[in-house]
Amino acid sequence: MSKEWPLWEVFIRSQHGLAHKHVGSLHAPDAEMAINNARDVYTRRNEGLSIWVVRASDIVASQPGDKEPLFDPANNKVYRHPTFFPMPEEIKHM
Amino acid sequence: MDRALFESLLRLGDSTLILSQRLSEWCGHAPALEEDLAITNTALDLLGQARLWLTLAGEVEGAGRDEDALAYLRHDHEFRNVLLVERPNGHYGDTLARQFLFDVWHYFLLQELTRSNDERIAAIAAKSVKEVTYHVRRSSDLVVRLGDGTGVSHNKMQEAIDSAWRHTGELFIDDEIDREMAQRGAGCSLAALQAPWYDHVREVLDEATLVMPSQDEGMHAAHRGGRQGRHTEALSYVLAEMQSLPRAYPGAVW
Repeated sequence: MSKEWPLWEVFIRSQHGLAHKHVGSLHAPDAEMAINNARDVYTRRNEGLSIWVVRASDIVASQPGDKEPLFDPANNKVYRHPTFFPMPEEIKHM
Repeated sequence: MDRALFESLLRLGDSTLILSQRLSEWCGHAPALEEDLAITNTALDLLGQARLWLTLAGEVEGAGRDEDALAYLRHDHEFRNVLLVERPNGHYGDTLARQFLFDVWHYFLLQELTRSNDERIAAIAAKSVKEVTYHVRRSSDLVVRLGDGTGVSHNKMQEAIDSAWRHTGELFIDDEIDREMAQRGAGCSLAALQAPWYDHVREVLDEATLVMPSQDEGMHAAHRGGRQGRHTEALSYVLAEMQSLPRAYPGAVW
């Protein structure tokens, strides 16, 4: 057994935020203490309303080498981009 | 001057001030980065509370002493903190034991004070109890982790609880000032806090697989007196360090 506390990734939903955002990581012996620690490390200045912690080892990340097949779609399929719809004036950012 | 009110405010202010000073000693030395941040956060919470209590004490006294004069220019026999908070940090388990036993008491005390008929006391208590609710949760969680941890951590935590225990009796002994404040509806009886304190502490120690010392062990008369100004030598060392700058450079500002 490792003597180090496991690593946890911390996600916080801010006061007016709609989604949890990754803010960093920390070490903690278990989930409950990870929440406590996240509160002390990341939310002391009213940053958040909700905290998620997840064991870093439970996160599966995409490989940098997969960049092309995953993120390089064929741009000639224009129907994927909804650029043909006139937007009403009132809608500023879409 | 309202002597009972002034003394009561000093007791609250001094206990939070001295514990804050003790916790600050850990800055940069705690066993993990996360603990370092958490313990200094707690120190800052307590310092903020101390400032509110001491500022109000200065106003009640009406002798022109502000929070700084009360914090930095009083001698050890003028301090009114409970002895528990002036105990040296020891190892991290000692610090946690002290924190846990104090937090639980502090929480129930502030709960009572939110109902004070003195609006200023009720307001400071209401603000403080939010912070202290978290302090209790954190120190309780950690005592369980260390008590129910490795064999070594279990033994260290048990010794730390046993050692800090002797200074818990004082937390529940009312003197004439407490009685007067309770009678006026401005303060509360400390004796009434003992049952809920005992229940919470027992629950946490059980979960931590630790043995709860007997109630009598905290009741020895030699281990009380802080609230009346009779301290252990530990306080003198705390004050010597804490007050050295304002005493060497009177009126110094940032």
